[in-house]
Amino acid sequence: MFDELSDLYQQVILDHCKKPRNFHELPGATVFAQGHNPLCGDQLKLYLRLEGDVIQEASFVGSGCCISKASASLLTDSVKGHTRAEVQAMFDKVHELVTTGKLNGDVGKLAVFAGVYRFPARVKCAILAWHALTAALKGEAAQPVSTETDNPQPGA
Amino acid sequence: MPGFAPAPQSPASPDWAAIRQDFPILNQQIHGHPLVYLDNAATSQKPRSVLDALRKYYEFDNANVHRGIHELSNRATAAYEAARTRAAVFFNARTPDEIIFTRGTTEGVNLVARSWGEKFIGKGDGILITEMEHHSNLVPWQMLAAKTGARLHFLPVQGDGGLLDLSRLEEQLSGVKLLALTHISNSLGTVNPVAEICALARKHGVTTLVDAAQSAGHRPVDVQEIGCDFLVASSHKMCGPTGFGMLYGRGEILEQTPPFHGGGEMIVTVSYESSTWKSGAHKFEAGTPDMSGAVGFHAAMDYLDQIGRERIARHDQQLGEYAYEQLSGLSGIRLFGPALGRAGLVSFLLPDVHAHDLVMLADQRGVALRGGHHCNQPLMHKLGVESTARASFYFYNTTSEIDTLVEVLKDIRKFFAD
Repeated sequence: MFDELSDLYQQVILDHCKKPRNFHELPGATVFAQGHNPLCGDQLKLYLRLEGDVIQEASFVGSGCCISKASASLLTDSVKGHTRAEVQAMFDKVHELVTTGKLNGDVGKLAVFAGVYRFPARVKCAILAWHALTAALKGEAAQPVSTETDNPQPGA
Repeated sequence: MPGFAPAPQSPASPDWAAIRQDFPILNQQIHGHPLVYLDNAATSQKPRSVLDALRKYYEFDNANVHRGIHELSNRATAAYEAARTRAAVFFNARTPDEIIFTRGTTEGVNLVARSWGEKFIGKGDGILITEMEHHSNLVPWQMLAAKTGARLHFLPVQGDGGLLDLSRLEEQLSGVKLLALTHISNSLGTVNPVAEICALARKHGVTTLVDAAQSAGHRPVDVQEIGCDFLVASSHKMCGPTGFGMLYGRGEILEQTPPFHGGGEMIVTVSYESSTWKSGAHKFEAGTPDMSGAVGFHAAMDYLDQIGRERIARHDQQLGEYAYEQLSGLSGIRLFGPALGRAGLVSFLLPDVHAHDLVMLADQRGVALRGGHHCNQPLMHKLGVESTARASFYFYNTTSEIDTLVEVLKDIRKFFAD
């Protein structure tokens, strides 16, 4: 029906956007972050429970397009059982994958995002959850992570 | 204004199919499908007569305007000022001096906010706008309020139906210096009763600004009939070139309004210490203006009047209502704006399909839509949505294109169905 877009909307992505995994709040979360794309209105909240340096649980809630939802869903599946350093390395690979299409090493199921780089307008959708994640792990999550640079004017 | 009467309209109903052929860009395939251009509220396409006028200007007449002695400069000046006179006729201003050329609607609003607003709006004064304003008719007033200590108030929108709640208008006008509102909502398709609202504002001594970005090319817009003090519009949404627009200002009010930008063209005498400036529209047009823009805008107004703006308005409304009716047949769809008496645009949401995905899939079938907040973030927030998809029409669109839209939306739903 929309064959030309099958690179972008791969079956795995469609499946995760229709039935997102770990799609709930996490009462025992030790780390929390928000991602926001003001241009599309996408909002997402990401929860992590770490024991020591290892992520034991990850979940998210929010709303967004199919790509951003599937990305958050696959992220929460992928980071479980990994350390901060491993997740940072994972982010670097995913970032390169969605911006250039190049797969450097193994990213497991996340390889389904290999087609995103051909649709520049959708790169932000795919990377939003990851930016929220890295900000959370660096402890920079007091403010929501935005896809756009914000310069609030006093009184405006 | 002799010599600039609108071109006479042919008595018969226009041949819309033939008119469509005036737009070369529409005759192409997108991703293997005929282009169905339904993003006219963002920008309209341009007829051949406008493209020819631009080409002719640059091939034969281009030179800098005003104070020129040579032939080309005289021609360019005549063409530029003829466009102003044409705009005065088109919008029924009293004189061409009430027409200021701008870069577009946004610049027009900013000009009024900066030049008129900073002189006449003070601490505690009210600025009344509506909840459906485009960011261009909201942010400049926020900036003015922050600078002057004025208070910003809002006429409320009544839910998805998209009509303004005017029940407390008279009360809300109290203490207000300026009322700024849109003629047609770019996200809801609501047509506001601007003449009635401006009449009431006038009764209370409130200055008025009407944003005609979505209406100027779509229906007759008569500044005297509306009775506003300022009116702004963009050329590119009405078959003209981009980066060009106009601000109407009532003569008396323009006289009291200080200049916007300082520079060449707007002055009479300049010394090292001080300057004096021109009166009328030229006071607000510093620097070399967009001459080709004016020429193209002139051709666009001629073109629209040849078809007839009443006819365009009827056609628009028919397309808008047809689309609303056809789309409402899709189960679970959420439609915004009034069902009847609407402008030729429809915003909607399909259940479980994000507008961003929807617009991308529609594009694969040649259908150009817009998805997002439509520069109406606070309104989207009020309606409890992040974004909507929008189909917006012009006179070259057809009901069969709307049928194509509906078929494509059905396929998009199947694509995202479980």
